Amino acid sequence: MDNRNAKAWLYLLPALLFLGVFMIYPLVDVVVYSLEENYNSVQAFYTGVGLENFSHVLRDPYFLQAVKNTFILVVITVPVSTGLALLISLGLSSIQPLRRLYQTVYFLPYVTNTLAVGLVFMLLFQYNDSQVGLFNLLIRLFGGSPVDFIDGPYWAKMTVMCLYTVWVVMPFKILILTSALASVPQSYYNAAKVDGTSKGRIFARITLPMISPMIFYLIITGFIGAFKAYSDEVALFGVNLNEAGMNTIVGYVYDMLYSNGGSYPSYASAAALILFAIVLTITVINLMVSKKTVHY
Amino acid sequence: MEQSPLKSGALHRARAGRIITYVLLTLWALIVLFPFYWMILSSVKSTAAYNAELTPSFFTLRPTMENYLAAFSSEDTPLGSYLLNTLLYTVLTTALMMLIIIPAAFAFARLKFRGKNLLFTLFLSLMMIPSELVIITNFATVATLHLNDGPAGSAVRLFLGLILPSATSVFYIYLLKENFEGIPEELYKAAKVDGTSDLKYLLKVMLPISRPTVVTIVILKVIECWNAYVWPRLITVHEKNFLVSNGIQAIRESGSGRANVPAMMAAVVVVSVPLIVLFLVFRDKIMAGVSRGGTKG
Repeated sequence: MDNRNAKAWLYLLPALLFLGVFMIYPLVDVVVYSLEENYNSVQAFYTGVGLENFSHVLRDPYFLQAVKNTFILVVITVPVSTGLALLISLGLSSIQPLRRLYQTVYFLPYVTNTLAVGLVFMLLFQYNDSQVGLFNLLIRLFGGSPVDFIDGPYWAKMTVMCLYTVWVVMPFKILILTSALASVPQSYYNAAKVDGTSKGRIFARITLPMISPMIFYLIITGFIGAFKAYSDEVALFGVNLNEAGMNTIVGYVYDMLYSNGGSYPSYASAAALILFAIVLTITVINLMVSKKTVHY
Repeated sequence: MEQSPLKSGALHRARAGRIITYVLLTLWALIVLFPFYWMILSSVKSTAAYNAELTPSFFTLRPTMENYLAAFSSEDTPLGSYLLNTLLYTVLTTALMMLIIIPAAFAFARLKFRGKNLLFTLFLSLMMIPSELVIITNFATVATLHLNDGPAGSAVRLFLGLILPSATSVFYIYLLKENFEGIPEELYKAAKVDGTSDLKYLLKVMLPISRPTVVTIVILKVIECWNAYVWPRLITVHEKNFLVSNGIQAIRESGSGRANVPAMMAAVVVVSVPLIVLFLVFRDKIMAGVSRGGTKG
């Protein structure tokens, strides 16, 4: 038996080694970092232990701006993308010809480099001396006055950030919802048809309850994903997100870790832990709500 | 045959509904495709023509490849190096990860050892840990080991620094373990009776049977590596060591990128094409894999 034990651990050894060094140790270390006050990465010393880093981060206007941006992004994009994905998936599952083609097209954003496509969005939404982006052409066409969505007012930047985020997250949601819709047993629909049930009623009484676990799954992963937004913003507004006023919480963490101003791992750790606490809280709330409303 | 007016009204409504559905679906398809069209279009306009347009035109009658040459020949932002680095990073990371996760998944699926259930529960709980939380220490670890792009660093060290932190995935171990467990245990017992070693059984029986899942995992990891941005950005400093995401960003921030948008778009096309081709070839595998375990979104 001991021999067998040893063999199993041998098979697990590489994974355990890597997870230990790059995941479990850092998990402990991030808490340690966050409690070390005035930590200096060059000399590796600190002046005390306490919550000073957290209160520093929570008072930092850049962090507060990042929290605000992230929350707006989450509150807008999660419902919009989930709702839109539901509509599109319902449309997809009601047609036969061309369905595969549509599915392929809809999935494309998932396999693209968001940094790369973000540059195209930047071109489409910009408005400056050298070029009028296509979107502004549309605005002009409808008689509005053009706005620079990349380097203009806050609401304009927020708009393009939300639009791009929705564009990026749609493939995953459509994919999950179409397969959820396909798994609703046809016999339920047939029974409803025999009874002469209206389409709206069928949707509310059969479809929606049957796919509600998947909708909740998407809402939870959507919240988590949107709270971690970062690289899409870099693609649109450039590396210096603080200057653009469009930083996110994750962006703040990385800026604290590594920027021209130096490295502040303690502040980065505190901010990362705050983010983790927010995400955890919202996930738990989501799970509690879903327990009450989701039909399995 | 004559239809009752009631029935033909219902048919009309059904047809109208169908048309509206197709119109809306096509609209979304156009929204998805348009940025791709625009990047290709902008990349084949000549720089002079592009800069002369204050309002962009929707097509060009004189497509040119010069921007692609410009994108590859820029000295500040070496696109060729970016691609090569990314290819190397992707291949090595994926290969190393498979070497790590296959034995681990096998141990969880078939071997018996003390503490297995506890350990597996711990593994699963690690799936909930966001990468933002561990990246801070990893950055320090890699710097301590001089595996970053510092003055003391060499290309080999830098690549170790790039690869090692992303060479394991708890989720893929889980996915593979589930798959291994689906293979009838009788096969394993029969192999044991025949005196086949565990390793031989894993390599000759389990892996071939699990090939679809292994391929899916490889593809998903390749996509992830190709698009990696945050970690490479943290530890690479010199332009020549950038991966594509970082490189694209460098092109955008550099003077030449701003002055030469078509060349920038050519780079964007070059970076995007490999994954799109991969997707079109492995469409079903990728979509099935993502619906089982994708998290982006």
